[in-house]
Amino acid sequence: MQFFGGSDISPSPPVTTGSGDNGHMMYIFNRNGVCLLYREWNRPLKTLDAQQDHKLMFGLLFSLKSFTAKMDPTSVEKGNLGVPQLPGQGCSFHSFRTNTYKLSFMESPSGIKIILVTSPKTGDLRESLKYIYNLYVEYVVKNPLYTPGTPISCELFNTTVDQYVKNLA
Amino acid sequence: MAPIAPRSGDAVFANVERVNAELFTLTYGAVVRQLLTDLEEVEEVNKQLDQMGYNIGIRLIDEFLAKSNVSRCVDFKETAEVIAKVGFKMFLGVSASVTNWDADGTCCSLILEDNPLVDFVELPDTCQGLYYCNVLSGVIRGALEMVSMKTEVTWVRDMLRGDDAYELKVKLLKQVPEEYPYKDDE
Repeated sequence: MQFFGGSDISPSPPVTTGSGDNGHMMYIFNRNGVCLLYREWNRPLKTLDAQQDHKLMFGLLFSLKSFTAKMDPTSVEKGNLGVPQLPGQGCSFHSFRTNTYKLSFMESPSGIKIILVTSPKTGDLRESLKYIYNLYVEYVVKNPLYTPGTPISCELFNTTVDQYVKNLA
Repeated sequence: MAPIAPRSGDAVFANVERVNAELFTLTYGAVVRQLLTDLEEVEEVNKQLDQMGYNIGIRLIDEFLAKSNVSRCVDFKETAEVIAKVGFKMFLGVSASVTNWDADGTCCSLILEDNPLVDFVELPDTCQGLYYCNVLSGVIRGALEMVSMKTEVTWVRDMLRGDDAYELKVKLLKQVPEEYPYKDDE
């Protein structure tokens, strides 16, 4: 994309008005549970080794998703809890908030999961996650030297994400 | 916030970066030409084009999903329509039509009247077995595999071989459910 006249990434990023520095950390997983990217901005807790931490986060989302689908009062058909679902089947959650942090979650039908952990006072981040997905497409997927399914080591992507998250409201 | 409706193929096509069609067509032609020189066997070239398409497809799916706002692909019928109307439009600037559904809805045909890949192309006698656009079948197979649909994509009609349209048969083999990826003992 950068080679042909450098257009902006569409859609343009959602307007942010915050004072910034609300981001704690971000994870990107693929369907196989590989943590493609982990960024950390503000996280005093360091009790787990990185791999355990990623697995725990992935497991939390995976279970929470099947629970939310199971409890869906509007759908007639649902399998037993824990029975594998087809991607896109059933409902899903997009965020939860505790008194100390907020976790926002987005999953694409191709199995890419983007998780952003921010301060509890941040607003709806669904558009922002979509924007980060667009950044992932432009900087990672379109990078011919990137092998799909492997951890991302792309400085340009990291700095762009860092900068974007810094200004989140 | 209500879910955003998927964008139409035209809307996406109008907003993405495009390259000159002639440059695109000639570049693809040069790739096929080089493969014919390198691999010598037409059958091998078909295979290689399909593999190249597959590698493109597994990446292209994310761009497709990000830009088209499609949020779920569970129903195969719906998916085929989206490929024909949005996917082809977005990446090739043409749309396809979906026909010939079989009784259980797992097999259909995508028909392309217009195909930008083949401008200026005429198959010489030595290449009669070549599926010149085989990259397309690979792209579709790769992209669908990333949304958990295992498919088989084959050419039924090819204008370069004297047919009246391009027809791709897409057969759904299996939909793979999402499973917890880690083993318990890890």
